[in-house]
Amino acid sequence: MARTIDTAAQQIRTASPAALLRRRIFGHYGLLFGIVVLATIVLIAAFAPLLTAHDPYTQDLLARMKPPFWMAGSDPDHLLGTDHLGRDYLARLLYGARISLAIGVIAALISGLIGTAMGVAAGYFGGRVDLVVTFLINVRLAMPVVLVALAVVAILDGSLQVVIMVLGLLLWDRFAVVMRSSVLQVRDLEYVNAAKAIGCSVPRVILSEIMPNVVNNLIVVATLEMAHAILLEAALSFLGLGVQPPTPSWGLMISEGKQMLLFEPWLIAIPGVALFVLVLAINLLGDGLRDVSAPENKG
Amino acid sequence: MLAFALKRLGLAVLVTLTVSLLSFSLLFMSGDPASAIAGENAGAADIEAIRTLYGFDRPFLVQYADWLFSALRGDFGQSYYFKLPVSELIADRLSVTMLLGVCGISFALLTAVPLGVAAAMRPNSFIDRTALFLSVMGQAMPSFWFGLVLIVIFSIRLGWLPPSGTAGWQNFVMPTIVLGYYAMPAIMRLTRAGMLEVLGADYIRTARAKGASEWRVMFKHALRNAVVPVVSLAAVQMGFMLGGSIVVESIFALHGAGYLAWESIGRNDLPTVQALILIFSMFYIVFTFLSDLANAWLDPRIRVG
Repeated sequence: MARTIDTAAQQIRTASPAALLRRRIFGHYGLLFGIVVLATIVLIAAFAPLLTAHDPYTQDLLARMKPPFWMAGSDPDHLLGTDHLGRDYLARLLYGARISLAIGVIAALISGLIGTAMGVAAGYFGGRVDLVVTFLINVRLAMPVVLVALAVVAILDGSLQVVIMVLGLLLWDRFAVVMRSSVLQVRDLEYVNAAKAIGCSVPRVILSEIMPNVVNNLIVVATLEMAHAILLEAALSFLGLGVQPPTPSWGLMISEGKQMLLFEPWLIAIPGVALFVLVLAINLLGDGLRDVSAPENKG
Repeated sequence: MLAFALKRLGLAVLVTLTVSLLSFSLLFMSGDPASAIAGENAGAADIEAIRTLYGFDRPFLVQYADWLFSALRGDFGQSYYFKLPVSELIADRLSVTMLLGVCGISFALLTAVPLGVAAAMRPNSFIDRTALFLSVMGQAMPSFWFGLVLIVIFSIRLGWLPPSGTAGWQNFVMPTIVLGYYAMPAIMRLTRAGMLEVLGADYIRTARAKGASEWRVMFKHALRNAVVPVVSLAAVQMGFMLGGSIVVESIFALHGAGYLAWESIGRNDLPTVQALILIFSMFYIVFTFLSDLANAWLDPRIRVG
């Protein structure tokens, strides 16, 4: 009996927490796929000028609507063909990754800051603060996101900065909800009480005792909201009230390709697949992180 | 129960008022609404005339109160573009959107609940993996792109369905699929998780021990309990879907309230936009209020807590 306990203890000791975590990550194919694909897209966005000799804005009206490489009559110089203004489609696709990633990351950062501040305050202080925050979350949830974002972007005139700000100011609700409930779960635990008892200030208790224990959930929500922001920007641009031409946004490319849906469906297929793969990778990364950081809640 | 209902009702009214204030202030975000209506070539006197005509010279809160009390009576003002009462414009468009919403949520429930139950009955089986695959796809697929893909396949290649319009039931098939598929993943995941949890409960073991058939255990004992959170999620999703119908309606040129909202935003027709934001919000508020009541009625713990 004593022996089995010893060997069990030894086994636990030999597998350090880091090793266990590594094993969980490499055993999770969705997470691996998410990391690899997302890293690839980030590299593509970063090194877009090195990957294509073409400029995404240069028009060539003599070489319009060249088909992509898998169709007859394609031009080896334009692997994914050219659009209705003769712009290289591959170059627009590669530079478009920058737009999507920038929107996803910055909008998630802004909404993350707002939502986390509100959620942590509500969870930690409770009482009236909680009432106010819960009320604000209810108001936000009641507003139709797409409609409000469209209206505000239209009023303020669409530009990349405006779209990012509007999305950042609209998408904080899930951060607030998740952070509030995560903080509620840890705020009365012993180590928090101990920190309070030795006289730590409120910011210190929140930042160094509570935040490290809820940051897992924060990262998961951040990935999901990043995907949400990317999809919303694409939808706004598709509806013509988001990022304005000639910016190479994937949503805008789909919108421009829609005019030629009948004869050239590949014009919407290419940016659509890119958008789908990017959002899929981010979602799988988020789901995977949730499984790995809290395997007991899997399902 | 009554106290709980009244509290929830009070919250719903407060939320509605706040949303109405926000959507009303949209008019003033653009700067001076009078010069926006007058157009670029209007002189100072014209702008002044429009300002008094529409009452923009009054204090903000007076204008808001005026708008709110008219809205309560169903009068949302005049559309700048059509020069018609907004309520008239919206009324017949709204029925199209409601129909689309009902079709969409029915499609989502009819696919998600059976899939979720089947997936929970045999975890890690082929059907479980298919259900997971479908929900992961659904969450990553941009709905406007999915709509276009359906148009390419069913309208252009196969010629089965009309790509746009509001003429008959055929026009609703693809919008229903797109809107329903948007709501399906969340419902499917919740059904599966709920069934898995319920199937581990003691009363399921008891039912099996009594010798109840597997079919009876699943549908009489398990599903009835697992479906409670699904109903409230469906109500919330329904509210989101009506708000999200703007994308779907604009792809298929389905002339509902969402399409009207899109057109009105493009035309700077703010009274119509304000009214639609308020109406879509109220749908969400009413649906969540009803689902809160239903939950409290089904589960006494919520009433007290």
